Amino acid sequence: MAARLSCPVASKQRMSASPVAAQESSVGLVVPQTLVVDEPLALQCGKVLPAYQLSYETYGTLNAARSNAVLICHALSGDHHAAGYHNTADKRPGWWDNCIGPGKPFDTNRFFVVCMNNLGGCGGSTGPAAINPQTGKPYGPDFPIVTVRDWVTTQQRLGLALGIERFAVVAGGSLGGMQALDWAISQSEHIAHAIVIAAAPKLSAQNIAFNEVARQAILADPDFHGGRYAEHLTKPRRGLMLARMLGHITYLSEAAMRSRFGRELREGRIGFGFDVEFQVESYLRHQGQSFVDRFDANTYLLMTKALDYFDPAAAFDGDLSRAFSGVTTRFLVLSFQRDWRFPPERSWEIVKALTDADCRVCAMELPGDLGHDDFLKADPAYHGVLQAYMERVARICL
Amino acid sequence: MPIGLRPDLAIISTWVRPGSRVLDLGCGDGTLLAYLSEQTGVRGYGLEIDPHQALLAMSKGVDVIQADIDEGLGGFADDSFDYVIMTRALQAVYHPLKLLFEMLRVGRQGIVTFPNYGYWRCRIQFVAKGRMPVSPALPQPWHATANIHPCTVADFEDLCSAHGVAILERRMVDERHRQGWWMQWWPNVLGEIALYRLQWRTAAGT
Repeated sequence: MAARLSCPVASKQRMSASPVAAQESSVGLVVPQTLVVDEPLALQCGKVLPAYQLSYETYGTLNAARSNAVLICHALSGDHHAAGYHNTADKRPGWWDNCIGPGKPFDTNRFFVVCMNNLGGCGGSTGPAAINPQTGKPYGPDFPIVTVRDWVTTQQRLGLALGIERFAVVAGGSLGGMQALDWAISQSEHIAHAIVIAAAPKLSAQNIAFNEVARQAILADPDFHGGRYAEHLTKPRRGLMLARMLGHITYLSEAAMRSRFGRELREGRIGFGFDVEFQVESYLRHQGQSFVDRFDANTYLLMTKALDYFDPAAAFDGDLSRAFSGVTTRFLVLSFQRDWRFPPERSWEIVKALTDADCRVCAMELPGDLGHDDFLKADPAYHGVLQAYMERVARICL
Repeated sequence: MPIGLRPDLAIISTWVRPGSRVLDLGCGDGTLLAYLSEQTGVRGYGLEIDPHQALLAMSKGVDVIQADIDEGLGGFADDSFDYVIMTRALQAVYHPLKLLFEMLRVGRQGIVTFPNYGYWRCRIQFVAKGRMPVSPALPQPWHATANIHPCTVADFEDLCSAHGVAILERRMVDERHRQGWWMQWWPNVLGEIALYRLQWRTAAGT
């Protein structure tokens, strides 16, 4: 759900010269792949996609026993480019590069790591910007609403195409963690371990409220054109930017914002106007603006709806422990103390349901200082936990 | 008796029925749970507040949940474990009695171990030297110890009796794995570490 490289530590990792060659622990240059699926997909909303394509990347090698596959699920604004570089001129690696690579927690010397752009996304998988074969125009607002369960279905489809019957691990943070959770609930026999980071078993009213304001910002933009902005050769830039700015406020803790920006003024004095004055305003505008260039507004609407609808316990009368009943997947559940979007209490709801259902689970609450964005940070304690858990996975699965 | 284990853990491993469901409060590096699950098919969770210890437990294959037992066991349902075990932590928690009640709510039986402050060496240090006791079982000096609620065998048994807790079994041991008859005969003076298996008196009577 958080931005790529939005924390100070991450930005320090941007290297000036030849980043690709410089890092021994990098997966290096990667080429995105595409899986074209010609069979219809029945979605949870009742609609059917006649055909679709999925963009994905892989790092490492699938072993002969096909027992070392790790699926990484991306969050709200992520995509399939999780690690490495697309070309030597790239300034930034994939969004979880600090975790995926030789010697890193998801060690590509041992594991075969797969990350896919979710259906409805704008990173190359079929989504609202794709051409609707029935009209010859972009889907736009006609693209069906997709759910976390639909993503699990399509991720499994990709896995089978790659020869993976069972994933050793499905891992993700935030909305990605929800996908890992849903995998365990709906496909327990096809996933040995789920790593669920900074997630929640369902959104709170406050979470949904934030999403609704973000959606309204997009919907109210005059350039939105009912979602058919591509046909009008424009983009709801202001709306998407506002949505992203709002999101960013929730990705950082108050303490992190205070220590990074305080009430610092860009010009050193108050200007008595509505221009950018405080550093935090400048930061948010920058985050918003750079997001607009790489993201699609209709996809943003879809992703927030997938979040809002996520509630795997609903099919079990709201009893999450019943949803976990009989689940053989083992869990690692991590949360961050300063995260107020999905605070540790939300992870405890998951842990409690798992212990009630007699499922195997390890859980840790990590200190962190950024807030929700901590799940993307290269923190030694956090990565130490992931590494230790992946050691366990290696002992069991490899 | 597994000699590689800490003496109190070695005795506990003989008390816990194979295949039972166990919650270990303050599980440390997970030694007990790792041993129990490997040797006797016990399953369950360890709660540990210290992240370093929790990581060690995780690496041993123990299902560890980082939690502060001083905040109670509210996350666990009544009678959801066969045993709730707490080794050498009773004297270090803020509310020992509350936690004892919690243990017997969540578990059908509780197993508690603690260093006995009535042990003769402790008495000598206190009476003869006028010093707070330091021993192999109580290695830290008074200002560095986490033991904020030191108690003796007699204190603990009074507490149990006053609150309807039945003592199913008691064993005294020392740091050298000895369980001499003299410790069992005069536990409050000759026993260094006390072990108890507990249950509500009402449950024990039925």
